[in-house]
Amino acid sequence: MPDEPTPISAEQVQHLANLARIALTPAEIEHLAVELGSIVDNVRKVTEVATPDVPATSHPIPLSNVFRPDEVGDVLTNEEALSGAPDAADGRFRVAAILGEEQ
Amino acid sequence: MGADKLLSFEEAIEKYEPVLGFEVHVELSTKTKMFSGAPNEFGGAPNTHVAPVDLGLPGSLPVVNEQAVRYAISLGLALGCSIAESSRFARKNYFYPDLAKNYQISQYDEPIAFEGEVEVELDDGTLVRVPIERAHMEEDAGKLTHVGGATGRIHGAEYSLVDYNRAGVPLVEIVTKPIFGAEDRAPELARAYVATIRDIVRSLGVSEARMERGNLRCDANISLRPRGQEKLGTRTETKNVNSLRSVERAIRYEIQRQAAILDAGGTIIQETRHWHEDTGTTSPGRPKSDADDYRYFPEPDLLPVMPSKELIAELRAALPESPAAFRRRLQAEYGFTDSEFRDIINANLLVEMEQTVAAGAAPAQARKWWLGEILRIANARGVEAGTLITPLHVSELIALVESGQLTDRLGRQVLEGVVAGEGSPDEVVKARGLAVVSDDTALLAAIDEALASQPDVLDKIRDGKVQAAGAVIGAVMKAMRGQADAARVRELVLERAQA
Amino acid sequence: MDLTRLPASELAGLLSTGEVSSVEATRASLDRIAEADGDLHAFLHVAGDAAIARASEIDQLRRDGRELGPLAGVPIAIKDVLCTNDMPSTAASRILEGWIPPYDATVVARLRAAGMVPLGKTNMDEFAMGSSTEHSAYGPTRNPWALDRIPGGSGGGSAAAVAAFEAPVALGSDTGGSIRQPAAVTGTVGMKPTYGGVSRYGAIALASSLDQVGPVSRTVLDSALVHDVIGGHDPHDSTSLRDPWPSFAEAARAGAASGSLAGVRVGVVRELDSEGFQAGVRQRFDEALALMQNAGAEIVEISAPNFEYAIAAYYLILPAEASSNLAKYDSVRFGLRVTPGETATVEQVMSASRGAGFGPEVKRRIILGTYALSAGYYDAYYGSAQKVRTLIQRDFAAAFAQVDVLVSPAAPTTAFRLGEKLDDPLAMYLNDITTIPANLAGVPGMGLPIGLAPEDGLPVGIQLMAPAREDARLYTVGATLEALLHESWGGPLLDRLPADFGRSAARESGQPDHLVPAPGPGTEPDGGTA
Repeated sequence: MPDEPTPISAEQVQHLANLARIALTPAEIEHLAVELGSIVDNVRKVTEVATPDVPATSHPIPLSNVFRPDEVGDVLTNEEALSGAPDAADGRFRVAAILGEEQ
Repeated sequence: MGADKLLSFEEAIEKYEPVLGFEVHVELSTKTKMFSGAPNEFGGAPNTHVAPVDLGLPGSLPVVNEQAVRYAISLGLALGCSIAESSRFARKNYFYPDLAKNYQISQYDEPIAFEGEVEVELDDGTLVRVPIERAHMEEDAGKLTHVGGATGRIHGAEYSLVDYNRAGVPLVEIVTKPIFGAEDRAPELARAYVATIRDIVRSLGVSEARMERGNLRCDANISLRPRGQEKLGTRTETKNVNSLRSVERAIRYEIQRQAAILDAGGTIIQETRHWHEDTGTTSPGRPKSDADDYRYFPEPDLLPVMPSKELIAELRAALPESPAAFRRRLQAEYGFTDSEFRDIINANLLVEMEQTVAAGAAPAQARKWWLGEILRIANARGVEAGTLITPLHVSELIALVESGQLTDRLGRQVLEGVVAGEGSPDEVVKARGLAVVSDDTALLAAIDEALASQPDVLDKIRDGKVQAAGAVIGAVMKAMRGQADAARVRELVLERAQA
Repeated sequence: MDLTRLPASELAGLLSTGEVSSVEATRASLDRIAEADGDLHAFLHVAGDAAIARASEIDQLRRDGRELGPLAGVPIAIKDVLCTNDMPSTAASRILEGWIPPYDATVVARLRAAGMVPLGKTNMDEFAMGSSTEHSAYGPTRNPWALDRIPGGSGGGSAAAVAAFEAPVALGSDTGGSIRQPAAVTGTVGMKPTYGGVSRYGAIALASSLDQVGPVSRTVLDSALVHDVIGGHDPHDSTSLRDPWPSFAEAARAGAASGSLAGVRVGVVRELDSEGFQAGVRQRFDEALALMQNAGAEIVEISAPNFEYAIAAYYLILPAEASSNLAKYDSVRFGLRVTPGETATVEQVMSASRGAGFGPEVKRRIILGTYALSAGYYDAYYGSAQKVRTLIQRDFAAAFAQVDVLVSPAAPTTAFRLGEKLDDPLAMYLNDITTIPANLAGVPGMGLPIGLAPEDGLPVGIQLMAPAREDARLYTVGATLEALLHESWGGPLLDRLPADFGRSAARESGQPDHLVPAPGPGTEPDGGTA
């Protein structure tokens, strides 16, 4: 990848904030656009050595087939489940009206 | 809703070729959830079937349910799929209140099963091969209840309540490749495909597959392309069509709706659509857009699933016969005509038939009882015939009738008793005292009593008017409350006349 | 006898013979916290009476003649990233203020089962994102060597608590150096075990493929004793190793007893000993190497060319995983809820809650991680970073084919001043250069004090690394080196900890007192943070 700096626009930051569902102030967005640009300039260094012949590693210690027997355990009571809820009713978590649709 | 312009189905098919695709979600009937030890049970008080993982509590970690993996492999094999040597989980990231972690653990680039084919039989026996792209493991979301507003629907609600009992229930999502060539039978194929998947998962025993409970959910994709055009049209995805009948209707509706738009020179919007059972229409949902960026990446809390060749061989060996092969075999064994056999399939009673015959009943008798009296009761009650009585009891009932211990009419009364939960046919016979009276002395006593009030009957018989016996037989049967063998009564009356 | 000055191993000895009760030891720690934590702010929550009650139970069990573990009755501080079912567990974030989990982290359950006495929850950078503990939503922790200095991070609270004798031992978590770097800058010992060696269940996740829980202590043996308690397979963590582990305490005792490093091949990683490191850090590091050589070690220079890319890979993998791990803080099931107006939809409530509940560093990393995973960038960023991870593992494999342990300075500098790097995230990130490779490769790493830098009188640490699963080797070599150092110093480094936490030194050097920030608020409504 060329060495030219990667400008990240305020719009891009706003889009990312929407994906990450974080309300940001205009000042935060401006600030983050600048910071992100400089961080990304540094971290894209990874592309220099990440050639196609190198396999990706997602786990530091390779394991496979780690399973749990199909047995009941760790069940919380309704009281425990709701113990940290900001709002609850009828044994359920209560939230404000939902705007968007199910995915 | 309902305001959509529709082209007639015939005209739509004449002008456009429908291309189908299905995503069927199957809830696996494991004891516990996909990634936690919380019970996988339908219903229950809200938020009582939850472990920390199911609520996405900070610090909680998923661990894969081994049984769910075995079920998924079995299902993949039954769909004719290859099983991946190495398969892994990925996170699908999006925010929604029913998704506790705000990501769904699913599979993305390395599904457990891929490249399969399912043979689907249409009503007239035509076989269609539906190509399967993949079957992958994932977790279900919780349930939302929208409160306030008139409809109980999301729009207009004042607030919503979340129950995570269903969150983390293991799912297998079966995705087809595009299905071409269904033409005017596209709606029928859609229904038959979903029914086939249902039969397969039931025969495997990996899911209860009760659509009304959401054990089996179908998202139907459909696009139209003008005749002669190679490029596929824009598709819509109709969500959560949750009965076989609805699948057929929804596809038919979408074909007509899309055709009307295309016919008027319009364009189809790529979107999800919602099926409305009451009106038989679809309505627009969420448009697909660039904003759908799920940021899939390998789930770092879980390791690859690498099924051994031995495990795959073991599960393959344990596979039941495919529903299609099962049907072919039974029809040959029973010697039924295509039409006789299709009645059984359409009534969804094949498994019951098979078990009834296996328990000793003659195929013709089994068919007669299941499609006759039992189906009649089921239809009257609006339930599945298979839920009324067990095949074993049906075969016992048939045996009682065949041996002459019950008449057909008594048999129907016994059936009523069994359906009412009074026990096995033998128990009902005993409890209700319904056995045929085979004691000639009792019958002769009743005959003599009848003859006493109709003294001229014997003379008429002797004069050759044998049909005069009917009046006596009727009176005897009435006196015996139907619990007599009419043929035997007739014999006895005729003997009396000759005496 | 000041019980707070005793290493856990010695305190445990006195407890087992009944010379000292757990209540006495616990009360001594609580008193010390009351005395020191106003300056340090190492704790977000102090267990207080609950700790005394637990200590009293342990004493009773001992009087009843019950068989108890080697650390029964010893107090321990717990990093606030770990779930405790009787204390708030906030990861130093506003978004989890006051949250008490309905379950214990596996490591917490294990230390309770071993009879250890939780003293409270220690401060940290919010969600463990940081190298200075300045990113705590509840105010920074200060370094007991000099109150105007950072105690390292993210586990600055645990390191400061142990260094300042508020607790004999503590638990930390290490994603990119959060145990080892605070150890280095506070003159304490910290161990990041092999990935999968200690359960992550109940550790509030930062980056799942990098996080590892480990001990913080004043001696190598104490870390080993704690590691023996918390380590081993946990079926609740899929990434937990099933390997049988040797006794780490025995490994440490053997190392301390031998006094020799004969036959031990020690690799110095060229890429982790840069010219740019602080002079006093390099000096003490070279002296430590000389000491090891004198004790029989063979010093070998090792090149790990891909370590150069480690920070870049780390600051893609960590934010990517964190952006997903932190999505659960949405105000629905737990945590802060902010409702922006009467008619706000749940989407708006979630956004507002996350906007208000997360600090700037957390937001920065979530946005960065969202970027790294988003369509069109995944392959270039996240995908490439995972490949760099492979290259770094290969470098480690090549290095460990030649040597038994690898060493480097544990941090490029001694403790920097509070506020010094707060506005420059990149500079803060570069501070992790020495510690990050071990996390990317999953190998164990230990931070160990090797003296004070001549120019500022602040602690310098060395990092030891071993191949995956060879944690015991680090305890053996670490304990030998520690014994050699204590011999050369005439006692532990922490004997030289200034009683006034460097306040007079700051005054002499012309640092005005107001540079020392005021203690931040605690999570406790009753002011129980001390």
